[in-house]
Amino acid sequence: MSEPDVPLLVAEGVTKYYGRQLGCRDVSFSLYQGEVLAVVGESGSGKTTLLQLLSTQLVPSAGRVRYRLRDGVTRDLADLSEAERRFLFRTDWGYVHQDAALGLRMNVSAGANVGERLMAVGWRHYGRIRGTAVQWLDRVEIDTDRIDDPPLTYSGGMRQRLQIARNLVTQPRLVFMDEPTGGLDVSVQARLLDLLRGLVTELGLAAVIVTHDLAVARLLSHRIMVMKGGEVIEEGLTDQVLDDPREPYTQLLVSSILPA
Amino acid sequence: MNAPAYNFAYLDEQTKRMIRRAILKAIAIPGYQVPFASREMPMPYGWGTGGVQVTASILGPDDVLKVIDQGSDDTTNAVSIRKFFAKTAAVRTTTRTADATIIQTRHRIPETPLTGDQVLVFQVPIPEPLRFLEPRETETRRMHALADYGLMHVKLYEDIARHGHIATTYAYPVKVDGRYVMDPSPTPKFDNPKMDDCAALQLFGAGREKRIYAIPPHTKVVSLDFEDHPFEPSRTPKICGLCGADDTYLDEVVTDDKGGRLFVCSDSDYCEQRRGAEKTA
Repeated sequence: MSEPDVPLLVAEGVTKYYGRQLGCRDVSFSLYQGEVLAVVGESGSGKTTLLQLLSTQLVPSAGRVRYRLRDGVTRDLADLSEAERRFLFRTDWGYVHQDAALGLRMNVSAGANVGERLMAVGWRHYGRIRGTAVQWLDRVEIDTDRIDDPPLTYSGGMRQRLQIARNLVTQPRLVFMDEPTGGLDVSVQARLLDLLRGLVTELGLAAVIVTHDLAVARLLSHRIMVMKGGEVIEEGLTDQVLDDPREPYTQLLVSSILPA
Repeated sequence: MNAPAYNFAYLDEQTKRMIRRAILKAIAIPGYQVPFASREMPMPYGWGTGGVQVTASILGPDDVLKVIDQGSDDTTNAVSIRKFFAKTAAVRTTTRTADATIIQTRHRIPETPLTGDQVLVFQVPIPEPLRFLEPRETETRRMHALADYGLMHVKLYEDIARHGHIATTYAYPVKVDGRYVMDPSPTPKFDNPKMDDCAALQLFGAGREKRIYAIPPHTKVVSLDFEDHPFEPSRTPKICGLCGADDTYLDEVVTDDKGGRLFVCSDSDYCEQRRGAEKTA
């Protein structure tokens, strides 16, 4: 079996209870290299819980998540040591927060924000770190003159783009995104989506994108999962689900988009 | 009123045992910050309560104590701590580096090379090198445990990005024995190379922060840097106005209100020894 035939990330019956409160129940799927999966649903449907379970920030109450590491071995994430998990998080994975302030060091210059992961994996040459940071700022369309400014001085859209650069600098294979366009105005959203779509294709990234915005899902994702009350109620190819929704709830979601 | 007012060296014996256990653990794990139950001392935090507790715990009746503050034996902090131990432990005190068996210091390592018979005790205000980069203590401990030190270089990167060179001049982070990143307390980075392969035992006590850490004799201590911006111990490019030394760490002294400046050795004992040697020669 060649590498692309083996899924990158496999969720098997992933379940999370917060005490008696259900977070999400029995979620299973496989994600392949270069594939973008959107998780949609209204607030409280368990989307973010699922994302945190997949990215080992939460421990599932039942079920497991397996990941194919760079050496080709697929391992249960719960079996990794904390050091291995951290290493994974700063090399092979990215996590884009809705609130850029959570994903960035707001008082540290943009260059250092991008360079942090490189330094964490042992880069010790200032010139090369800075050169790479310049390339990435350019790639996410941030004026490279602003490399020494802290993100505190950046606009919302720039912060979000910087966060993306910071995550992609180690060339991860899988990126988790939690409402990446939340809180941005429509034109900035459009630019960010355009950029993300370009990067995802260019780098062959796999991504799990949590969003309540169906337009984001339509633009970025290949496949879509619709969640309601902590369970996946419908999944399939993005255009198929959005154009021909089967479940009444999905039909409601799709029809509740305001006409442009 | 014949009973002594204080136990030997002020602290009670149980407290000293507790601190000695922390010191032993610190020596066993070079650069690791060992928590200890720091006591209230009869001086304010920031005046060396950590260093004083460490000194009190290792002090014996035969020891000869030297205390320096910014290199000098005769500033307030140094004088009062020296008096404190002269009174509570009746130990001999000295200002000569070579004669001392225990040297408590704030900010400097003596210019005279230390020997294996000596112990250097540092007063530390902030033991956590990652403090201003990561405010959560739970997180910094985890970072130490996993040797996750990328953030330390972020700080150095910021320095170069802002100033063109590593502008950190004191409390310059070091890696001890290839494992723990440590804050050498606010000593100038000029002194960092002296910590490497030092013959004397170096103990660090932080009273307010309740931490003790150590560098055992002859331990490898490396100052962090970048390949293209290597570590450089900095000193003012002047010579001492009193003894003429051109290789010591200098203090700038304002001598009048017309812009007069005098640069003198910060290590007052070393300066005096040199001048004494000149006179006899």
